[in-house]
Amino acid sequence: MTASEAIAGYGIQMLGVADAELRKLRHDATEMATRAVQPALWLLLFGSVMERVRGLSGASGASYLNFLGPGILAQSVLFVAIFYGINTIWERDAGILNRYLVSPAPRSALVLGKALSSTVRGLSQAVVVYILSLALGIEVSFAPGNLAAVLFFIALGAGLFSTFSVVIACLVRTRERFLGIGQVLTMPIFFASNAIYPIRLMPRWLQIISRLNPLTYEVDALRKFMLRMPGGRLTVTTDLAVLVIALAVLVAIAARLYPRMGE
Amino acid sequence: MTAPDADRRVGGPAIATVALTRRFGDLTAVADVSLTVPYEEIFGLIGSNGAGKSTLIKMLTTLLPPSSGEARVCGFDVRREAAEVRRHIGYVQQLLSADGALTGYENLLLSARLYAIPRHQRAARIAEALEMTELTDAADRLVHHYSGGMIRRLEIAQSMIHHPQVLMMDEPTVGLDPMARRAVHDHVRKLRESLGMTIFITTHDMSEADELCDRIALMHHGRIDIIGTPAALKAEVGPRATLDDVFAHFIGVEIEPGGGYREARRARRSARERRQ
Ligand SMILES: Nc1ncnc2c1ncn2[C@@H]1O[C@H](COP(=O)(O)OP(=O)(O)O)[C@@H](O)[C@H]1O
Ligand SMILES: [Mg+2]
Repeated sequence: MTASEAIAGYGIQMLGVADAELRKLRHDATEMATRAVQPALWLLLFGSVMERVRGLSGASGASYLNFLGPGILAQSVLFVAIFYGINTIWERDAGILNRYLVSPAPRSALVLGKALSSTVRGLSQAVVVYILSLALGIEVSFAPGNLAAVLFFIALGAGLFSTFSVVIACLVRTRERFLGIGQVLTMPIFFASNAIYPIRLMPRWLQIISRLNPLTYEVDALRKFMLRMPGGRLTVTTDLAVLVIALAVLVAIAARLYPRMGE
Repeated sequence: MTAPDADRRVGGPAIATVALTRRFGDLTAVADVSLTVPYEEIFGLIGSNGAGKSTLIKMLTTLLPPSSGEARVCGFDVRREAAEVRRHIGYVQQLLSADGALTGYENLLLSARLYAIPRHQRAARIAEALEMTELTDAADRLVHHYSGGMIRRLEIAQSMIHHPQVLMMDEPTVGLDPMARRAVHDHVRKLRESLGMTIFITTHDMSEADELCDRIALMHHGRIDIIGTPAALKAEVGPRATLDDVFAHFIGVEIEPGGGYREARRARRSARERRQ
C-alpha cells in the first residue's frame, strides 16, 4: 500500500464513520429539536437576571448579554458533547462497536470520525443560540468571515469535548457510572471557565483552573467572532493552539482506550 | 464475483495457533490451544456454553489479546500485525452487531467504507452482498424492523463485503428458526464455493456441525484435544454413532446448549428498540 492510498483510505474510513452517525440523526431529527430548549432557558432566565448585577459587564462596558451570548453558545455545545460517550457504551452493549474494531480502520480514524459527527450536533445548537441572541438584542455579527470562524470554533469545541466524553466512557464502562460522572463533570467545566463571568472576578485558585480549561479558550475565540464588537482577551492563535493541542491529545488517548471496550 | 486472489495468500495455513491461552483472573478460558486450519476449509468449533469458543474467536479476530501463545491468521500475527489480520478476515459475532438505527444499505455502506473499498467499487460490492444474502428488497428499511434471520444475513453481508480470506462466525444460527438457519448454512457454503473463503464457525448444534463442516474440534473447559472429520470421529465411537455420542464419548459429558440463545435474543431486542 502506498502512502497516498493509506491517506485516502484513512479519509474514507473517518468520513464513513461520521456519515453513518449523521444518517442516524437524519432518521431521528426529534433528538436535535429537544436539545434546543436548554440554551434557551439559560439565556432567558440567567441572562436577564444577571444583566442587573453590576460588575459583570465585559471589559468594554458592553451589556452583560453580549458577554453571555458566546458563553451560552459554548455551553450548549459542551452540554451536548459531554454526553456523547454514552453512545460508545450503548454501541458496546448492542454489539455494534466490535464491527468497528474488527475493521482495519486505524483506531484514531474511528475516534475522529465520531468526533466529526458530533460537530454537526454542535452546529445545530449554534443556529438556535443565534436566533435567541437576536431576539434578546445581542449584537451578533453576520459577516461571512465571522460566521465561518464561529462554525470552526464550535466544531473544534464539539469534537474536543465529545472525544473527552468518549475517553470517560472507556474508563467507566457502564451507563450508570457514565451518567453520574457526566453530571459531575459538566458543572466544573462550565463554571470554572470564562463562560458566564470574567475570570478576573474569580478567586485565585479558580482563575488557575479556568486558565487550564479548554472551554475558556473556546469562549474567548467565540467572543471575537460572534459579536459585532469583538471581545476576548487572548489572541486567536493562542485559542486555536490550545484547542487543537487538547483535541490531538484527547484523540490519542481515546484511540488507545477505544479498543479495550471490545473486550 | 471474484475469488479472493490466491496471490494475496501468504504461505502456510489460513489459521494457525500454538499454545494459545487466555486467562481472566484465575479462570483460564482458553488453555494451550494449538490448531491449524487450511485455506478453503469449513472448520467447526464445538463446545458447551462457557467452553471458551467466543474467547478463542475473539483472539483470532484481534478483539482480545492472548495471555500467552501465538496465533497467525493468513500468515499474520494477531498481536504484531493486527491491522493486516483485520484486512483479511470477516467476523460475524455471537451478539447481533448490525445497527438498528440505520437501513440495511447504510450498514453495508459503513462496512464498505471501514474496509476502505474505493468509491468506484462500492456500489457493486454492496449490490453483490445484498443479492447474495437476498436482502436487496429490504435494503432501504431500517434494521430495527428486520427479523432475526434478516439481521443475521445482513451481518453476513457486512462481513463479506471486502471479500475476506477467512470468515469467522460465532454461533451464527443461535436463536434462528429452522428456515433462517438453513439460509445461513446455504450462504456459508456459497461463500466458500464462489469466493473460496475459509470459514471458521463455532456452534453447540451437532447437526449443524455434521452437515456443514469439513472438520470439527471439540472444546471443553478451554481445551481442545479432539479434532477430525465428523465421519472419522463418529467411526471411532461406533457404527451408528451421532456427533452427540462423539461428544459424550470423548468429553465424558453431554453437550449442553446455554445462554447463547438468550444473549442473541437480548441483542436483537436492543437492535429493535433503538430510539423507538
Ligand atoms: N471478559 C470476560 N471476563 C471474565 N470472564 C470471561 C470474559 N469473557 C468470557 N469469560 C469466561 O470465560 C469462559 C469462556 O467464555 P466464552 O468464551 O464466552 O465461552 P463460549 O463462547 O464457549 O460460550 C466462561 O467461563 C466465561 O464466563
Ligand atoms: Mg460464545
